[in-house]
Amino acid sequence: MFKFIVVLASLFFASSVFAETSILNVSYDVSREFYKDLNPAFVKYWKDKTGETITIKQSHGGSSKQARSVIDGLQADVITMNQSLDIDILHERGKLIPKDWQKRLASNSAPTASTTVFLVRKGNPKNIRDWNDLVRPGVGIILPNPKTSGNGRYSYLAAWGSVIKKGGSDADAKDYIHRFFKNVPILDAGGRGATTSFVQRGIGDVLLTFENEVSLIINELGGDQFEVVYPGISVLAENPISLVDKVADKRNSRKVSQAYLDFHYSDEAQAIAVKHSLRPRAEAAADKYKDKFKPLTLFTIDEVFGSWANAQKVHFADGGVFDQIYVK
Amino acid sequence: MSSIAVSQYSNYQSRVAHNRATSEPAWIRWTLIGITLAFLSVFLFIPLAAVFTEALRKGVETYFAALVEPDAVAAIKLTLLAAAIAVPLNLVFGVAAAWAIAKFEFKGKSILITLIDLPFAVSPVIAGLIYVLVFGLQGWFGAWLIENDYKVIFAVPGIVLATIFVTFPFVARELIPLMQAQGKEEEEAGLVLGASGWQILWRITLPNVKWGLLYGVILTNARAMGEFGAVSVVSGHIRGLTNTMPLHVEILYNEYNYAAAFAVASLLAFLALVTVALKSFIEWKIERDASNEEKLSEQ
Repeated sequence: MFKFIVVLASLFFASSVFAETSILNVSYDVSREFYKDLNPAFVKYWKDKTGETITIKQSHGGSSKQARSVIDGLQADVITMNQSLDIDILHERGKLIPKDWQKRLASNSAPTASTTVFLVRKGNPKNIRDWNDLVRPGVGIILPNPKTSGNGRYSYLAAWGSVIKKGGSDADAKDYIHRFFKNVPILDAGGRGATTSFVQRGIGDVLLTFENEVSLIINELGGDQFEVVYPGISVLAENPISLVDKVADKRNSRKVSQAYLDFHYSDEAQAIAVKHSLRPRAEAAADKYKDKFKPLTLFTIDEVFGSWANAQKVHFADGGVFDQIYVK
Repeated sequence: MSSIAVSQYSNYQSRVAHNRATSEPAWIRWTLIGITLAFLSVFLFIPLAAVFTEALRKGVETYFAALVEPDAVAAIKLTLLAAAIAVPLNLVFGVAAAWAIAKFEFKGKSILITLIDLPFAVSPVIAGLIYVLVFGLQGWFGAWLIENDYKVIFAVPGIVLATIFVTFPFVARELIPLMQAQGKEEEEAGLVLGASGWQILWRITLPNVKWGLLYGVILTNARAMGEFGAVSVVSGHIRGLTNTMPLHVEILYNEYNYAAAFAVASLLAFLALVTVALKSFIEWKIERDASNEEKLSEQ
């Protein structure tokens, strides 16, 4: 009996023993496929360069939940998210990273980006071409809940920004967004849930989601049933990455973690991003793959809303614009 | 003694069932049977069949490939490890608690019974959050734990803790009524004849409740392997490290990898079916033992 307990106890704590040669990347929900390709490429690069064999552990989940876990002690060496808000919070709540983390790497620390596009059913029966078509009576819009999903927030802000960028006032934008949400039959909590509602349950006429998610849907779930519609203007959805300084220093993994982040900007990694329909941000790659992506007028969150923190406060905080229009 | 009463009662029941005069008219019986069968099909048989068909949709090869894939193997191992720790611990605790409650009178007994039931009443998500609040970096002990390199939440210990919490009441709940019904006469007789505490436990108390105990262990094991909510909160979702089978199923499903998701789900369902089969076997054993005893007492 005693032996049995010893064996169990050793198994119990084994997890922390072999952690030294591995780093943990805590990421959002739909980046799984991208990192499945990128991680082996980095492992090979690192082996060639230093002779060390490392493993990269991945953790995926809803972006805000993941950030929360890191604050609560999930030992992430690096964090890779789809909006800076979920990394900012590591500074605000946990002091795990410096305030100016976003200035540490090129392109706002975002090696890749995406944008919000429309997915419609084959033949585009409702003739949806641009943002204005979404608010016509009888059009069903599917998007994830902006309160709980980064994907949903980008869709909401893209819709708002589309009015502002055409010269509209805040009041015009609010009126538009009000009519927009009258056409939303359900709000799923996350991006994948919204995809399932649209694709498998057949609800709605148009799905608003990231460009890279759209290509995944078309590849995995039947390309012949759907069509992509690119709106005239949309939001630049940056995918920022950061070292989690406090954890990396404690685990002595700063060097390899930093190299892993830098690797995101290499030609090889940018090519992998393109394969997954993520827009490359490193200049050389952005130039090289220009033809792969439809040129769109993309505005940044900072441009229209000042900052992510501001957008969050005005639109998605309790009692914010979203709460005002969605209850009406 | 009481088991004799139970089996006499079941004999009485079977006599009643065969008595035409006291049974319902045929159409009522068949409607009831029909409703039951329809209900069972919709809520049990069809979903169960769906799991196995979906799992095998892309062929047997994909099915087994999904089960031997390293992350899946890690998830299966972790699930078995969590159950292997939670079940013995709750077994010991359950016996101790049931013994104290059934055989002794003390102050605060009803409070203890209520506390044992708490994990049934609390939502598993809350159970998980309790551990995050206690052992998380922002929690009571988190900073110290991480400083000293003890991993509790977002690691295997946290998963085991959460599993223990949600499976806490099963053994005790199974044993308390059984032990209470049996009374303490046999133990008292043992004591009078000079048996020590351990002798009483091993020779009288445990043999008397062995099947009930096993039944409780099986229920504990089933819940330990299937737990999702509490484990999801404390897992951290690190692939190949802190994902249990139910979490792995969710991940595969979200990756549009339906065949693999259902393959792992079918393995879970299979484990559940084995559990149910064991449970029926034990019920059959209990009944047989009871009727044997009855025969003995009749002689």
